[in-house]
Amino acid sequence: MFDEFWLLTLIVFLPALGALILAFVPGGRDELVRYITLAVTIIVLGLTTAGFLFSDSTSFDVARGDMQNTFTVSWIPSFDIEYFMGIDGISFPLIMLTALVSVLAMGASWSITKQVKAYCILFLLLETGMLGVFMALDFFLFYVFWEVMLLPMYFLIGVWGGPRREYAALKFFLYTLVGSVLMLIAILLLYFNSDLRKVAEATHPDPENPNVAVADWESLNISDEAAKRLGYGTNLVYDYVGQVGWLRKGSKQSDMLHVEIRRFGPLEELEHTTADYVAEENRVEISLHDDEDTVDHVVAAVQENARVREVVTALARSDGAREVLAANIYIEPADELPVHTFNLLALAAVGQHTDCFNGKALLGWKTQHWAFLLLFLGFIVKVPSVPFHTWLPDAHVEAPTPISMILAGVLLKMGGYGIIRICYPICPMGGYDFAFIVCTVGVVSMVYGAFAALAQKDFKRMVAYSSVSHMGYVVLGLGVWSAAAPYYNPDYWNMGVQGAMFQMIGHGISSAGMFFMVGVVYDRVHHRNLNEFGGLFSKMPVYTALAIGIFFAGLGLPGLCGFVGEVFVVLSVFRFNVVLAVISAGVVVLTAGYILWAIQRVYLGAEYRGPHEAALVPSTLRENTIAGILLALAIIFGVLPYHTVLQYMDKTIERQVDDLTDWTVRTEHIRQAEESGGEADHSSTALRTDSDDLVAPGSIQADLDRVLPTTPTAVVRPYNRSSID
Amino acid sequence: MNLHELVSQLIVDTKGPVDGSLFSLPSADSSLGVFLPEICLCVTIVLMLLVRVFRFGRRVDAFYFAAAGSLVALCFVAPWQHLGVPTAAVARMEIFTGMLVYDPFSIFIRSLLLGFTFLFTIFTKLSGIPDREDGPDIYTMVLGATLGMCLMASANHLLMVFMAIEMASVPSYVLAGMMKGRRVGSEAALKYSIYGAGAAGVMLYGISLVSGLLNTAHLPTIALTLSERLPTMQPGEMMVLVLAALMIMVGLAFKLSAVPFHFWCPDVFEGATAEVNAFLSVASKAAALALLVRVAIGFGGISPDGVSPGFRSDDQLAAKQATTNDVLGGITSADGLSNGLFSIADEEAAPAHPSHSDQPTPSGIGATKHVTNDQQPAAISISAIDGLERSQDFLAKMIAWLAIVSCTFGNLAAYGQTNIKRLLAYSTIAHAGFMMMPVAAMLVLVKYDPRSAESAIAAISIYLTVYLFMNLGAFAIIAFLRNAMQTETIADYAGLIRRCPITVICFVLILFSLIGLPPLAGFIGKFAIFASLADGYRLSAAAGEPATFLVVLLVVGGLNTAISLFYYLRVAKVMTMDPEPEDRRPFVFSDVSLQGFYIWILTLPTALLMLNWDVLNRWAQAAAKYLLA
Repeated sequence: MFDEFWLLTLIVFLPALGALILAFVPGGRDELVRYITLAVTIIVLGLTTAGFLFSDSTSFDVARGDMQNTFTVSWIPSFDIEYFMGIDGISFPLIMLTALVSVLAMGASWSITKQVKAYCILFLLLETGMLGVFMALDFFLFYVFWEVMLLPMYFLIGVWGGPRREYAALKFFLYTLVGSVLMLIAILLLYFNSDLRKVAEATHPDPENPNVAVADWESLNISDEAAKRLGYGTNLVYDYVGQVGWLRKGSKQSDMLHVEIRRFGPLEELEHTTADYVAEENRVEISLHDDEDTVDHVVAAVQENARVREVVTALARSDGAREVLAANIYIEPADELPVHTFNLLALAAVGQHTDCFNGKALLGWKTQHWAFLLLFLGFIVKVPSVPFHTWLPDAHVEAPTPISMILAGVLLKMGGYGIIRICYPICPMGGYDFAFIVCTVGVVSMVYGAFAALAQKDFKRMVAYSSVSHMGYVVLGLGVWSAAAPYYNPDYWNMGVQGAMFQMIGHGISSAGMFFMVGVVYDRVHHRNLNEFGGLFSKMPVYTALAIGIFFAGLGLPGLCGFVGEVFVVLSVFRFNVVLAVISAGVVVLTAGYILWAIQRVYLGAEYRGPHEAALVPSTLRENTIAGILLALAIIFGVLPYHTVLQYMDKTIERQVDDLTDWTVRTEHIRQAEESGGEADHSSTALRTDSDDLVAPGSIQADLDRVLPTTPTAVVRPYNRSSID
Repeated sequence: MNLHELVSQLIVDTKGPVDGSLFSLPSADSSLGVFLPEICLCVTIVLMLLVRVFRFGRRVDAFYFAAAGSLVALCFVAPWQHLGVPTAAVARMEIFTGMLVYDPFSIFIRSLLLGFTFLFTIFTKLSGIPDREDGPDIYTMVLGATLGMCLMASANHLLMVFMAIEMASVPSYVLAGMMKGRRVGSEAALKYSIYGAGAAGVMLYGISLVSGLLNTAHLPTIALTLSERLPTMQPGEMMVLVLAALMIMVGLAFKLSAVPFHFWCPDVFEGATAEVNAFLSVASKAAALALLVRVAIGFGGISPDGVSPGFRSDDQLAAKQATTNDVLGGITSADGLSNGLFSIADEEAAPAHPSHSDQPTPSGIGATKHVTNDQQPAAISISAIDGLERSQDFLAKMIAWLAIVSCTFGNLAAYGQTNIKRLLAYSTIAHAGFMMMPVAAMLVLVKYDPRSAESAIAAISIYLTVYLFMNLGAFAIIAFLRNAMQTETIADYAGLIRRCPITVICFVLILFSLIGLPPLAGFIGKFAIFASLADGYRLSAAAGEPATFLVVLLVVGGLNTAISLFYYLRVAKVMTMDPEPEDRRPFVFSDVSLQGFYIWILTLPTALLMLNWDVLNRWAQAAAKYLLA
């Protein structure tokens, strides 16, 4: 249908386009505006479904753990910023969730009657931001999308919200902005400390050291701009004069055929561009005429001279066509400047395979530690975890129902997504050393959120606190780093991450449903006091049945979507820390407590105790459809967790956890070597990774191999030698 | 050197090679040739005043002269020619015997100033202030101030610094009191001029101290002398020097409205019209920042030697070749192709040219002549000079402190304002703080990597460009709303979105851009600034002497973004969320009008620059070239 560029671009920017179209719809046509918006969200859902599940070329391949459907377009080359997107098992389920929740939330937006056009425009802009966050693989792009959501969200809460909407909107804005400013600082730290040259070094397997894992260069999707500066160029830019070499992308620099390009001015005796081969120096000389300096001219010159053509085509292993020539040109790095990157995959490789982020920063901590901390703080504001959660109840209580659904269903997931996509892969040392802090934050959020939910009198506030509690599972599951010495067994960790991911999807369904259910009854009686409900079962039977189902999903009843994630997470923690595990298991009881109590007070009982009793009419078809879809998904996800959700994320999580386990093994051995033999062996003092002199990764690996001759757990990633043309 | 040689050299310097007659046009590489934009402004001013003598001239609106004059001056600067094409970048050239300097940075800032002046004249035409009666006077003041600001952007000598500041300030005092009948306006003008006079006096004192101590007032020579004398300087002399630096900083801080020399700013902004506010907040600030960069480089770093006027054409080919190579990342810097001035400067990296210090001349100008007329420019490698590090460090920390205080105070004080102009006055104070941050980073970076230091300066240029559109847009909206509603109180904007939605949306976008939120253009500037700070910290930490104050700057900058949220958001909230007041007087303001169109024109770059700011970044990088070695 589309290639990956147009598919992903269209999915992200179609809502924005829709918003632009809506801006030109004449005022007063509210119903039309609503239907257009709903249509746009449905088209986006259709595109994601058709493009990623039922397409020949762009379907999501369950068997692959790496990024799929990637594309890179240079955006701001002078700052190494790229328009780089792609999906993998972590983002794909969340993208589907976003598209789905957007449709349902738009369906729930029929209750909005004030300034419908502006509402719909902001709603669609919000959707663009959300989808962009999950697809962006460039850190700058990610940040821009992350912030793009702020503006619409502020106005959606602030204009269409409840009585204290302005306060809530400001609070939401302020918390998120502080979080993202911290993130911005971390982004800059990481950007300036990253160096792709070191990743390129780590790409080449050491023949003497086959057990050491290497970075998989092909999978990093390094842009042509950066590759050119690294020497893996794909274009001969005619501006470059001087040393040029030809080399297949990804092969070693020693295999390079040196090419010297000399430029001649118009005054000199040279009729046209020529190429010549100097056999004794294995060097090709190209004399570039001033008027004939494009790639085409160089290609023609190469073709003209039989010997040169032979040499070049032998290297390129092809017939010397123009494309081959262009694709295989190696330009010697212009100067010894570091090549920074915003590429999230490359940053992860930098974090895991080089020591760029191990430089000493403030307070003697490493750059990684600071970056992890700043990013983690930025993300748990969004999750939100205690103690940065206080914006959430306010925002939820004041936000209109559909916005609450988006907020709980999608926005909170971005925090978890950021932690798993950015914090851990890029700053593994921070993640490893702060694992206990992360887990504690998760458990505290779970317990605090559950107790706070128990104490609430406001129905919506109770659901909001239940979100805090449920998202605590996500943080906990992500924080469980079970692959520590001496076993290095990542199985529990894998389980924890899977549980966290499943919990995000499950909570996206159940919390959106719970907020919708609260909204349905609020639309009728205009109050949310838990003590002034009761007896809804008799007045709104279908609604109550659906609601109880969804609330049970939130409770984590086996067979519903809330169960799988919780059980995975709690089980995985036992390996990490028994105390935390016991506490987190105990939270299940609290959850059951507040949900059952709420069900009892709202739906059961003999009579309704609040005002506006006459307004309690049975739910409409629209409401039943939305709730029905959510409940159906909650049941399907609960009954078939693997086939519906887990199979998509399985390989990706496995790959990420394996990569980080490799990293743990290497780092732990280095640390042990430091502790045991550091003083005795003089040479290994160079291994002190916290010393100011940065140790080249190769030397770490060599030394590691000397200290510990067998590191059987390290995974060898087959090195792909084929060129990509 | 006899008198005849001196005179002929002066002619060459002023109007190019001697072969032409006295009345031929100055060549493009002479002092006069590159000074054409300023000359054009002067001609416009004279024309505007003289044309009133004739009856038909009185009927012509002075606006047309001002707009055309600034546009023609902009064409003379021709940034697209010099910055857009990397191979055509001009080299650094000291003009008028070293009083001014002509380099890509001055091109960038002057084109910014002149482009702003052009937009500004259109703004005044649309808002109707000044009226036709006052037009010639006011536009004379505006163009005169612009002229002074252009000189600020290219000042290379402390005397010129002072003259330029005064040339820019005096018309500004008059502009502040433009509305003759209004008492607040007169009060604003009086306050402004008294503060200005005080600051200028202190600054002049500082300048005299420096030139007395170092025997020169020529900025590159100051750096050279400092680098030689600082290591062995007596404590007493040192104190005088520090005092002088502080005093010069007072003058600059006054122009920048940096805390604690900001007191004039809110009062003047409240008293003067929104039009004048736009002029003061953008043009004046841009020029002052450019000047800060020049002075900071003068005291803390050494500008590289460039060509001299009149000697460029002979070596033009070679110089261009060298420039080309430089642009290409120095691939062939030593391959023998280029033997222009640059490769001489590159290759003969002699530490300090002895002849410079041997002949200390009593007056600054004398020293200037000595350097500029020296036919063999000395090449100075910055890393070889330790003495400068102390002054770099001192300056960097002083500027960092000023930036922190201005930024935080401006944002905190803006919170309580009820008048939109006063609020934006404090906002400009805070923005001045932001824009000073990269100067501190630059002074740190210049030790380690001149290219990164250039990026820091480029960050200022980027921020200024974005800031131009944001602030001009904001004040334009305020002025147009004032014309319609006769009010400048924030509370009176309540529920305005229901009356003129597009204008309010534009205003909201501008306000969010001022916060620095992506995807609006304000973020680009903020990002560039934060990037320079992070880079400065990284490089200094890698070199083993971490400049922790840059991290503090980074964190303060981040926190201030959050603080500024409160008051910008309050304005946005009042306009979009608050209900319309019952007793609002009826007014007419149409979104679809010339005024509305003008607002759109200014908001569009603010909203869409994020789509592709690579061009801006490359221009800014090109502009920062040749400022440092």
